[in-house]
Amino acid sequence: MEEGKLSRRDFLRGTGGLLAASIVPMSLIEIACGGRGKGTHEKFTFAFISDPHLTHIKGTNFVRNFDSGLNKAIETVNLMFPRPDFAVFGGDLAQLGKREELDHGMELLSKLKVPIKFVIGEHDYYLDLGNYWQDKISKLNYSFDHKGVHFVVLNSILTYDTWIKRWKTPEERMNEMARLDNPNGSPFMVGDDQITWLKKDLENIKSGTPLVVLSHSPLYKIYKPWNFWTDDAEKIQSVLDRFDNVTVFHGHVHQVLYNQIKNISFYALMSTAWPWPYPESYTQSPHYIPKMTVFMNRQDPFHERDGTGWAFVNMDNAREEMHYKLWENKDRIVKYDESAGHPVDSIYQKPESRILPQTHY
Amino acid sequence: MKDITFSRFDSKFLGYMFIIFVFYCIGCDSQKKKDTDLTELTYIPSGILGLPDLPVPKNNPQSNDKVSLGAKLYSDKRFSSDGTVSCATCHKPEQAFVDKLKVSKGIKNLTGTRNAPTVLNAAYYKTQFWDGRRSDLEGQSKDPLLNPVEHGLSSHDDLIKIVKADQDYTSRFKTVFGIDSDSIRIDHVAMAIASFERTIISGDSPFDRYRFGKEEKALSASAIRGLNLYMGKARCQDCHTISETYAIFIDDKFHNLGVGFKRIQPKLEEILQKKAESKNSPTSDEEILTNIESSELGRFSVTGISEDLGAFKTPGLRNIALTSPYMHDGSLTSLEQVIDLYDRGGEANPFLSSGIRPLGLSGQEKADLVSFLKSLTSPVLPSMPK
Repeated sequence: MEEGKLSRRDFLRGTGGLLAASIVPMSLIEIACGGRGKGTHEKFTFAFISDPHLTHIKGTNFVRNFDSGLNKAIETVNLMFPRPDFAVFGGDLAQLGKREELDHGMELLSKLKVPIKFVIGEHDYYLDLGNYWQDKISKLNYSFDHKGVHFVVLNSILTYDTWIKRWKTPEERMNEMARLDNPNGSPFMVGDDQITWLKKDLENIKSGTPLVVLSHSPLYKIYKPWNFWTDDAEKIQSVLDRFDNVTVFHGHVHQVLYNQIKNISFYALMSTAWPWPYPESYTQSPHYIPKMTVFMNRQDPFHERDGTGWAFVNMDNAREEMHYKLWENKDRIVKYDESAGHPVDSIYQKPESRILPQTHY
Repeated sequence: MKDITFSRFDSKFLGYMFIIFVFYCIGCDSQKKKDTDLTELTYIPSGILGLPDLPVPKNNPQSNDKVSLGAKLYSDKRFSSDGTVSCATCHKPEQAFVDKLKVSKGIKNLTGTRNAPTVLNAAYYKTQFWDGRRSDLEGQSKDPLLNPVEHGLSSHDDLIKIVKADQDYTSRFKTVFGIDSDSIRIDHVAMAIASFERTIISGDSPFDRYRFGKEEKALSASAIRGLNLYMGKARCQDCHTISETYAIFIDDKFHNLGVGFKRIQPKLEEILQKKAESKNSPTSDEEILTNIESSELGRFSVTGISEDLGAFKTPGLRNIALTSPYMHDGSLTSLEQVIDLYDRGGEANPFLSSGIRPLGLSGQEKADLVSFLKSLTSPVLPSMPK
């Protein structure tokens, strides 16, 4: 940092100070793509909350811990000033797709003081194949423009009809899809119909327009047994190929994860519910975790919010700098490195700088 | 990787940035000051069962004369605007260095917003005050003197004038610091008081004799059950840490238990906005003790980090049976009430600390925990030097 100048890092820290914002499992994203994206638009921010997995017990009882993670996110967004233009909900509002869970989630989210854009997750979908969600909450895929940026919401958790028809009851289908390491599982996909829709949606969008794609699962392939995987990822990536700057923000993986495939930068957002380990911990099956990813350290099970967190994403000049604020853990900053052509974990990239595993549990 | 400079922001955003910058600068300055204030420590054996070596700043070594001078300064009521308040007023040596009040009384019977924490074993804390706004005892001791509801002095010069006019003091400062009357500064006063406070340590409780002294009969069966709960189901150990060879029962962290938070939660947005736009230092000692809203923001007032909203320092537990009432606002009057608070998972609020959750303790388990806490009382407490 040059003396006397306010660095981006200072800005982030200052923001954390001012906006009681900082606390939460969500992301405040400043869009400022003017330099690179050639578009003309105002700067703005939006918040990203993902993966609360609200779980119904019985009657009006829900798992307390998951409720509290979402409530913390909501309260923090409400305390931000300047207030974000809108919030994105990244999916998995429910645990088993029950109406009680979706209704409860919507009741909690109704306290948000900004408009919400919804992305559906597999835990919201596989009980009734998204019917209640579409009736009460949102379309499953759609696009919108905001201050010069084109946003596309994709339903990335579809799968094959043969798998859908395999189960006797909706509950059985939901329970199978809700399991993480399930030999009966089936990989996700966006599907040809939606890809056709996507092509049409992008038809009149200039290639210099900043493009942000919001999905639940990552639009690339990481690890099939856990469904950190999109079977037709390459097809979607090729549709996005002509754009100068494409960023995909997704939930689902509950961990710090980032990747660059050609022109597309991928960033995972944190969960408000719990952290997942990295699939590399289990080497029974092939995995494709990006080599550039530096793993999160093991979480402290005493602290329910550890391993969850929020991130401030800055898209100045259409290149992202992701500042992960991990509760009870050290902050992480992932910056796009122009010379490397991909994001790097700016503090922890070198092996000697990585966080050592905790040892007291 | 190049850092990005201010110039990239447009003028509208710059407006926000300015506010951010002003706020941050305050925090930044205090952080810098704190960093540069960090003095090297030396460790001297405590000589007391259950206590670790005592951290002492290398630039303020202990000596008998300094401790004695500190004790006199600690008890001198002339260092208050109406001559009624000394350090010992709220941290009474005969009452385990607390005042037994919900919140302390200062000059003219004025009250602040915080319960007086005991000085016992404060020497082991990495931060001082409930919100940790000072990093050492030297820094801590200077603030109450100027607080309008504590000692109420208009400046530290008021105190220095009294010291300089007192022959006993000038002679002692000469002996301890090798300085003439003209050179006496508030920092010398603070160093002497801190040195005295570093002698106010206590261990050797029944718990210590059981745990570290291997005296199996030092604890009752109920207290032993309480210890097991403390280390397990009741989850106390995570914050009030017990080590393998000693225990000071702290984690040097700050936690939101929800105590007092409901007073400000409904208008939190308004309070934070006002605070961010205020030019006053967010760490102002005066504001924290006179403004209930700032007071309940807890550690956030010092760091500006939203994760610290409503969070207060983990207090030590030694002699806890002697230091009621409890919590930063003195709102709980008994150990039973404290255990009940933890049993119900704190007071619900969106910023409740991670790890605080309902425990499902039985009546017997609660009683056992209280028995254990009572076993932390030392048989002999330190007193004023003669």
